[in-house]
Amino acid sequence: MIALPAPKPEVMGRRDEILAGLRALVPGDGVISEPLRLRPYETDGLSAYRQPPLAVVLPSSTEQVAAVLRFCHENGVRVVPRGAGTSLSGGALPLADAVVIGLMRMNRILDVSFTDRLAVVEAGVTNLGITKAVEGEGFFYAPDPSSQLACMIGGNVMMNSGGAHCLKYGVTANNLLGVKFVTITGDVIEIGGGHLDAAGYDWLGIITGSEGQLGIVTEVTVRILRAAEGQRAMLAAFSSTEVAGAAVDAIMASGVIPVALEFMDRPCIHACEAFAKAGYPLDAEAMLIIEVEGSLEEQDALLARLRDICARFDPISMRVATSAEESLAIWKGRKGAFGAVGRISPDYLCMDGTIPTGELPHVLRRIGEMSESYGLAVANVFHAGDGNLHPLIMFDANDSESFRKAEAFGADILKLCVEVGGCLTGEHGVGVEKRDLMPVQFTGPELAQQRRVKSAFDPGWLLNPAKVFPLSDNPLLSA
Amino acid sequence: MSAVPDLAPRTEEEVATALRNAAGPLAIEGSGTTMGMLRPVQASRTLSTRKLTGITLLRPQEMVISARAGTTLPEIEAALAGHNQILVPEPPDLRVLMGVPDAPPPSIGGLVAANLSGPRRITGFALRDAVLGIRFVNGAGEVLRSGGRVHKNVTGLDLCKLLAGSHGTLGVITEVTLKLGPAAERVATLVVRVADEAEGVALLSAGLTSPYGVTGAAMLPRGVSAGGVAGPVALLRLEDVEASVTYRMARLRAAMPGGEVLEGEASRALWRAVRDVLPLAPAPDEAVWRVSVRPSRAPGMVAALRDGIGARVLLDWGGGVAWVAGPATAEAHAAVMAAAGVAGGIFILFRAPDPLRAAMAVIPPEPPALAGLSARVKAALDPAGRLNPGRMRAGG
Ligand SMILES: Cc1cc2nc3c(=O)[nH]c(=O)nc-3n(C[C@H](O)[C@H](O)[C@H](O)COP(=O)(O)OP(=O)(O)OC[C@H]3O[C@@H](n4cnc5c(N)ncnc54)[C@H](O)[C@@H]3O)c2cc1C
Ligand SMILES: Cc1cc2nc3c(=O)[nH]c(=O)nc-3n(C[C@H](O)[C@H](O)[C@H](O)COP(=O)(O)OP(=O)(O)OC[C@H]3O[C@@H](n4cnc5c(N)ncnc54)[C@H](O)[C@@H]3O)c2cc1C
Repeated sequence: MIALPAPKPEVMGRRDEILAGLRALVPGDGVISEPLRLRPYETDGLSAYRQPPLAVVLPSSTEQVAAVLRFCHENGVRVVPRGAGTSLSGGALPLADAVVIGLMRMNRILDVSFTDRLAVVEAGVTNLGITKAVEGEGFFYAPDPSSQLACMIGGNVMMNSGGAHCLKYGVTANNLLGVKFVTITGDVIEIGGGHLDAAGYDWLGIITGSEGQLGIVTEVTVRILRAAEGQRAMLAAFSSTEVAGAAVDAIMASGVIPVALEFMDRPCIHACEAFAKAGYPLDAEAMLIIEVEGSLEEQDALLARLRDICARFDPISMRVATSAEESLAIWKGRKGAFGAVGRISPDYLCMDGTIPTGELPHVLRRIGEMSESYGLAVANVFHAGDGNLHPLIMFDANDSESFRKAEAFGADILKLCVEVGGCLTGEHGVGVEKRDLMPVQFTGPELAQQRRVKSAFDPGWLLNPAKVFPLSDNPLLSA
Repeated sequence: MSAVPDLAPRTEEEVATALRNAAGPLAIEGSGTTMGMLRPVQASRTLSTRKLTGITLLRPQEMVISARAGTTLPEIEAALAGHNQILVPEPPDLRVLMGVPDAPPPSIGGLVAANLSGPRRITGFALRDAVLGIRFVNGAGEVLRSGGRVHKNVTGLDLCKLLAGSHGTLGVITEVTLKLGPAAERVATLVVRVADEAEGVALLSAGLTSPYGVTGAAMLPRGVSAGGVAGPVALLRLEDVEASVTYRMARLRAAMPGGEVLEGEASRALWRAVRDVLPLAPAPDEAVWRVSVRPSRAPGMVAALRDGIGARVLLDWGGGVAWVAGPATAEAHAAVMAAAGVAGGIFILFRAPDPLRAAMAVIPPEPPALAGLSARVKAALDPAGRLNPGRMRAGG
């Protein structure tokens, strides 16, 4: 279990006064404090951890966000920013003495320019909402986390989220042009905008992926792209994870980079097939989903080359979609992978380490061994092109021993990722979940350096404290 | 800058020792081509990474390369050519533009420290986006890492991006790990004659909003030429597998009648020239600025600068970046600042005589809240203010 800092007595003791102050800044029904109405905010996508906050504030403008932050700063109140609360690392988990600032009411699309290929939206617009606003003209917003129906662009910026198609189009950081950013002191800063690159320090770069540690984003300018003429998927099944891994290497070295390259192991194939009836090969140890883009003739040419590459690795079977419907069928199981695992196990933890792709067979073998020694099943699904693993560890949340084992198993997997040259998290963030593992990846001076940068933005450590950095040696956050 | 640096460490540990022992401020240089770089640094000693060389990791099947900071761009390009891979952001060699054609070629550390990207930036990847990992020594002489060698990594604060573009003011980069991309099987460029910047930028936008994956969108205005192509023309580049380029070029031509196609080496040479900003060919006594704006604002801004200071320009990134040559005077600089401001964009004074650069804001001034952050972030990495003092801003 992960420790949270002790609530500040001076804040808990002034609860009514603080609520009144917040209500003056965000009138109407924008401040929530009744226990029942706080329930939906007490956890996020890492639902094993729950903690109701002092209050939830739902501002509807940048001015209100600035006023609330200034107030919290002046009163020494901790703040937890929140988008849709889909974080899988507990990034949006409240603290007992914190005010959750929810951005969901800031959900307007402010400007769309097809000629300049950008959209300006408020932080509470959903990821898919951006694409919906521009798809009529054949455009889309590229990063596509599986949670895209719910997760918000502000949350995406703060987690630097990826998706199945970031192999070609990059992650959130590569698709941002600007943000409106509010500091803990309530200053509103415009960073970037319609132009590319910064002249001074790359504020956009350091803010992206900062997990709510540096300030609150209220508006985001994103690049929108014209969609390709079409896309089509193929599936290739192999008799071992080693062989499938070798096929991935061969594809990446071939010069034909697919838009998506997804890997599933046997347990995952079985779970998805039982759930989605996608016609997945149940005799395979590993399976790849490969997608290409372009006109019909380009799709044919690219798929022929990819099929030839896969054929060199003795696939058990291959299936090349001949229509959009067949492509959807191939994707159907993968898209429902988390839900599918959820059906065969009461609970699961979704890990998110990244490894050099060449280490794949070794890492999968080790994960298999750990699964046996912990006595917990694991299904592996991941973005193969970029080595971002998502082992799903199955456990029973009603059994505290099972949960403890699952967390230890997860930690062992992430340590292995670092050991082979990778990292703790590829796209889900550190949050509370991986906070105490940070010393596995970083030296003391490296963590101290990151903390000093955090302190440059937030000297009192009021912004989303207890996430990302271990609590130890932090006088502002004693447990 | 001195031709021979005072300090040229051969190892990262030597860099750290040099910084720990530094009695005062240091000017940081890569290959040392910085004679015209931003503001003159207020330091009496120079530390160069030129002897910190060598490729330390090259994994084509993982699309990743690591090299020590002093490794030069041509060395890296040569190593990648053997594996049919490239640096997607296409970092430029600006020696000719900067008037030092015989200086040593740019180092990868210097390029990252300046976050310099070429035409392919328009596909979404600046050099800072290609940086997967960085090793650096902060002002206190601590050896630190951020990022790593894997393509997806959101572990902790992304100091790679903070270091990229910080022009040596936050740390001395000792090694970078970069993401690679496949070299295209075929390159072709559609050259379309246009009347003026308005028509040119509209055509570039049409190319970039087509579904054909344009990887270069530049414009040579009237009086500017490159590789035998004379402006005013709009240039659209396709790079991909053979079959895709054939198909897509046919579609682009159909959509933009009157265009001519340049293939192979002719096309490559043209884009090398655009990358290195050769068509601008400033006179020795002229100043050079780079102005980034929202593309649709470029035609108006160019017209204003042409009328105001007789500027010559080269447009890249679909019109989103204008390289501007004009008189090296305070008035011209004020005009560029104003034009960038009106267009809602940013500017960098790239080249001008020392006195002008020392006296002017060479990048846009920051509003007070941001200026405070800049100072605190600088102090967080370089508490004693040893690294490149005054490089980006007076007193900072
Ligand atoms: C089923 C499922 C599938 C998923 N698939 C993917 C995937 O494919 N790829 C991927 O990358 N992630 C995935 N995720 C993780 C998650 O959806 C992303 O991290 C997402 O970006 C979180 O967005 P959110 O709006 O829910 O943010 P939240 O969870 O509310 O917050 C995330 C973090 O950002 C901070 N924050 C939120 N908004 C702001 C703001 N405006 N200003 C400052 N800080 C803010 C919070 O404090 C928190 O630290 C998945 C999650 C689920 C549940
Ligand atoms: C505003 C501006 C002005 C420029 N002026 C010139 C010029 O006059 N001449 C020219 O040839 N090119 C110039 N360039 C281009 C560019 O600086 C170089 O091509 C490129 O940075 C690499 O060259 P280099 O190795 O010689 O680096 P340098 O020119 O030596 O250094 C470039 C910048 O990066 C810093 N730097 C270099 N190495 C490191 C490192 N390892 N760690 C941290 N910081 C480092 C330096 O302090 C300097 O600020 C300029 C670029 C910009 C943005």
